Amino acid sequence: MTFTVNGSPLEATPRAGQVLRTFLRDHEHFEVKKGCDTGDCGACSVLVDETPVHSCVFPAYRAEGREVTTVAGLGTPENLSPVQQHFVDAAGFQCGFCTAGMVVTASTLVGHDVDDLPRMLKGNLCRCTGYRSVRDALAGTTNVVATSLPDDVSSDANPDNGPDSRSDTGQRGSTENAPGTDRRGGGAPGHSHTHAHGGTAVLERPLPTSTGIRSVGRSQKAPAGARIVSGREPYTLDIAVPGLLHLVVLRSPHAHARIVSIDTAAAEALPGVAAVFTHTDVPKTLFSTARHENRTDDPDDTLILDDVVRFTGQRVAFVVAESMAIAEEACRLLDVQYDVLPANFDPAKAQAPGILPLHADKNATTSRIANPATNLVAEMRGEYGSIADGLAAADVTVTGTWQTQRISANALETHGTIGWIDDDGRLILRTSSQVPFLVRKELSRVLDLDPERIRVYSARVGGGFGGKQEIQTEDVVALAVLKTGRPVQYEMTRTDELTVVPCRHPMTTTVTLGATSDGRLTALDLTVLSDTGAYGNHGPGTMFHACGESISIYNSPNKRVNAECVYTNNMPSGAFRGYGLGQVIFAVESAMDDLALRLGIDPFELRRINAVRADDPLVVTHVEGSDLSFAGSYGLDQCFDLAQSALVRGNGVLAPTGPEWKVGEGVAAAMIATIPPRGHFADASVTLGLDGSYTLNVGTAEFGNGTTTVHSQIAAEALGTSPELLRIHQSDTDVVPYDTGAFGSAGTVVAGRAVYAAATALALKLAEAAAALTGVAAGEWMLEPTGLRAGTLFVALTEVAAAGASVAPAHAALANTELAADPELTDVTVIETVEGAAFARPVADGITAEGTHAGDHRSIAFNVQAFRVAVNTDTGEVRILQSIQAADAGFVMNPEQCRGQIEGGVAQGIGTSMYEEIIVSDTGEVTTSVLRSYHLPQMADVPPTEIFFTDTADDLGPYGAKSMSESPFNPVAAALANAIRRAIGVRPYELPLSRDRIWRLLQPAETTHVPARIEPAD
Amino acid sequence: MVFTGTVDLNTVASVTLAHNRSDLAALSPTVAPFAGGSALYGEPQHHLTGLVDLMTFGWPSLTVTDDGLEIAATCTLVELSKLQNQPGWQAHHAFYECCTYLLGSFKVWNVATVGGNICASLPAGPMTSLTSALEGVALIWRADGSDERMPVADFVTGNKSNALHPGDVLRSITIPQGSLESRVATRKIALSPLGRSGLVLLGRLAPDGAFVLTVTAGTVRPVQLRYPELPTDEALHDDVLAIDEWFTDPHGAADWRRTVSTVLAAEIRNELAS
Repeated sequence: MTFTVNGSPLEATPRAGQVLRTFLRDHEHFEVKKGCDTGDCGACSVLVDETPVHSCVFPAYRAEGREVTTVAGLGTPENLSPVQQHFVDAAGFQCGFCTAGMVVTASTLVGHDVDDLPRMLKGNLCRCTGYRSVRDALAGTTNVVATSLPDDVSSDANPDNGPDSRSDTGQRGSTENAPGTDRRGGGAPGHSHTHAHGGTAVLERPLPTSTGIRSVGRSQKAPAGARIVSGREPYTLDIAVPGLLHLVVLRSPHAHARIVSIDTAAAEALPGVAAVFTHTDVPKTLFSTARHENRTDDPDDTLILDDVVRFTGQRVAFVVAESMAIAEEACRLLDVQYDVLPANFDPAKAQAPGILPLHADKNATTSRIANPATNLVAEMRGEYGSIADGLAAADVTVTGTWQTQRISANALETHGTIGWIDDDGRLILRTSSQVPFLVRKELSRVLDLDPERIRVYSARVGGGFGGKQEIQTEDVVALAVLKTGRPVQYEMTRTDELTVVPCRHPMTTTVTLGATSDGRLTALDLTVLSDTGAYGNHGPGTMFHACGESISIYNSPNKRVNAECVYTNNMPSGAFRGYGLGQVIFAVESAMDDLALRLGIDPFELRRINAVRADDPLVVTHVEGSDLSFAGSYGLDQCFDLAQSALVRGNGVLAPTGPEWKVGEGVAAAMIATIPPRGHFADASVTLGLDGSYTLNVGTAEFGNGTTTVHSQIAAEALGTSPELLRIHQSDTDVVPYDTGAFGSAGTVVAGRAVYAAATALALKLAEAAAALTGVAAGEWMLEPTGLRAGTLFVALTEVAAAGASVAPAHAALANTELAADPELTDVTVIETVEGAAFARPVADGITAEGTHAGDHRSIAFNVQAFRVAVNTDTGEVRILQSIQAADAGFVMNPEQCRGQIEGGVAQGIGTSMYEEIIVSDTGEVTTSVLRSYHLPQMADVPPTEIFFTDTADDLGPYGAKSMSESPFNPVAAALANAIRRAIGVRPYELPLSRDRIWRLLQPAETTHVPARIEPAD
Repeated sequence: MVFTGTVDLNTVASVTLAHNRSDLAALSPTVAPFAGGSALYGEPQHHLTGLVDLMTFGWPSLTVTDDGLEIAATCTLVELSKLQNQPGWQAHHAFYECCTYLLGSFKVWNVATVGGNICASLPAGPMTSLTSALEGVALIWRADGSDERMPVADFVTGNKSNALHPGDVLRSITIPQGSLESRVATRKIALSPLGRSGLVLLGRLAPDGAFVLTVTAGTVRPVQLRYPELPTDEALHDDVLAIDEWFTDPHGAADWRRTVSTVLAAEIRNELAS
């Protein structure tokens, strides 16, 4: 058939049951994204004869004779359409994976649609932003600076806070860190290295820059912006690979079973099948899908394919074939015989006698499982002071047990890997991962391959949130490539994401607080039961993290923790933003609210009374190690003040009228260490090339967190240039020696420091090179975007790069003997930083500097969330009237991005608090397997949040910055629950705070005893 | 489970573009009819080997007659939502409102059809809610070539089940003039502001004063309470509570659905009483 795509005719015949999305992608229209394949998320939106449709549910053959327009047909990076330009200007994306569909949909909106945006955009889901920046894009609001080149700086003294940057909360400037507006105390810390709070200088040597160009602290736009909004940014699977095979996984229908036999004969005989793998075809090396710097953080309890399946949906076998259709058919031909075993889905029963242990075959020591015989993966027990004494000394006590649910990270880009063998015989894996280096390290171990023989890299990742700190697709693709010698792709479906990709650990948390009548805590007792599901990936880590900052935020002379993490036959739990903290903070902060009610003390005041102060020790069950400190940037007091004053000020939004509507306010606080414990390492390099341009290499992945923008700002700041002039290579085991990965909120504070060190060393080296060329002392030179200046002298960057190349060892034969004798040019320039170093030297293609940073010392960030809500007591509907978050981010590197991170965290918090829930049937099957039944927040669900930044600057982070990625999520559920409690007078103990649950809190028992049939999700 | 989720319908080997009723002979337990495709292509259909495309019949989507309105099964939601009002049609606003009760976006309205929504027979299908509340009559083309008419409220028999057998096709829904001239009030509630419906209730006050409350989305099939005149609040409340077909799924718990139905029913009654 013939049709046109973006004006060009295309002649091809789709398969009978093919949808337009895959047909377009078959023809390399990779700008059409796969989000859900059920018509719910909108990432695949295209126009057919100018009518917008979800191409994933549009039969391909119906495109015959019609004109199809994708996001790439609306504009090019050089010539963006007005809608595309608006998304760039508003920073209306983070990972950008949903943006193609968002832009296509927005392009069809007409005047009156703007009044109905929540409905018009309900079929375009964004997991990152919280939609405020999308609304800004649709309103034509500019939130980023146009450029940071000198002209712009001189003509626009305050580009981050023009009248157009008003957020739709209507609170001008309050969402920014504008000097002199809502930032308390003195102005924002400058970009010199002596911080406002008298922190130590980060670098021992001064920066030789000085052009007036300022990059950090400004709302620079994401380097990939124009490509993202025009569909040109290639994500993981957006490349055409000739001869690609496809991989399909057969999954278990049973929650617990031993595989008796798998007959693969029929499948293998099917034409087009390249390979079939069962448990007999894979290494017997146990590993964990979870990845950490220290591989011993997680239990080794997983095989690539096992002869025991421990949850419904576990891999049983996989097929590699010429097409998806053949691979699927082959899976249907696999004859698997199971010996079904008893299964347990209740974590409370996991250790009971008579419950079959899931991993009794494992060795406790070598697999690092606390007690395989009782399903106990990990435990934490400890007491500081005496809980008995603390409760005896208390005037009042409160206690309760809180339950959190399973949540799916659900990045818009599903997990996927393409692998092949390169010309040198190396295994190459292009994967949607937050941790390419850790994936390589573990695959090398499991597959017994030299790490040098594996390259793992990530293109731009379409969202992660912790879900991609996991090996989910790389292992099977690696095996398939190695066996077939051919390129292989494995792309997970949305249903895979919702049913087998690890979810947030559900936790049952009991909190008992004792306090004196004046509000001082005397006892804080915490009991946690975490359900890690069938495998222990991230189980110990989330349990320990959950019991850390959630209670060390408050001073109490007596504390106790009893925490357990257990196996069940539920889907595995894993890493997700907040990493356990949110679950326990929901309980602790709810209990604090109960205590405030009991004592009649304002809830902000009760927290102020008990909050850990800048000079207090951090105590969980003992005083925390010296690696953790406030690093001169304590901001919790400011967070309380900012949030409370915003709540008192109000926002003018009225509750609906009627006696059924009750109004309440709630608050919750959260604390988080800025870096994961036990080591986080990053390397980076910056090179001045012979063309006079800079290339920045970083190991950490970009998945919408904005670290690429921040890294380019840091490098540009040190080099006196503009971020948009940098070329960036990242998240590739070939690009830098090492990077632990993009998790634990470490992108800015660890990798950013490595970039900082490298760029600073390079700047020094360039000045030294200029000195070598001219005889004018290095200290006289100032960097500018195209060269160095000393008074009236100017040396072009191209000249400096050429000088470097001329003395590089590789060019010895051509060596410029005069320059080669100058140690200022030829020697390695070394700078030492706190926990890092950088080395600059001439190389064949110019001058390069390599920086490294070890995040051994960690600081602390705070977030305080407040809500005012109205609750309909007849229906359980909760309306958020006002949402406020005060964030202690230290020096804010990029106000718009940081605001976006916080808004996105709040949105995920609202999703978790009110809507999202993976429901598991009593036979262990996830019934919420599509987005129709697992409700991701839509634009309609997320109100604007007023964001306030503290005035703090950290001694450890670059320029005084602290991480601000996971933490905004953590206080949201508790703050919302507390607001609801104060509205209706009844305490919710269970997430989500769905309308039916809230309604039920208010009902007499007879109303809720309804004989009900249970229907499958749909 | 063999494997999870769906991408393309890879077991489908052929699509018949239907132009004449005889083309429906291709239908069988493994060959399914479809219209817009948004529901069919959104779910695994591993049991299907073929499809019959009904859109190619070219049936007129909306036909206004003296007796009422005939809606072709292949009428898209966007067409229905934009149908011009006619003199005396007090129920007209319900067309657009019920389209907004679809979980799918306006882009889905561009392809999803009234017939497809009814034939999916999901409790939350808003076209089932609309057409059953308006006493719509379904015209079924039976596989044997006969025609059969039945109320939409009877056509949908349960969650994903209806009066069609393999080979049958829903041809149209006819809305009687009296329903179009009725005063209608609609209510929807979900667990989120624009989420998949937990309840959709429509009240219809006929020109002769008769009142019908149609409860959908919270019950697996439409449940109708009929009164010769507007009932009292108390009577309506009690009758709604007496319905015994509430169900629990991820879009709401049965007890919530039952009691909140009384709230929505009271709002509908009060709106129509004023």
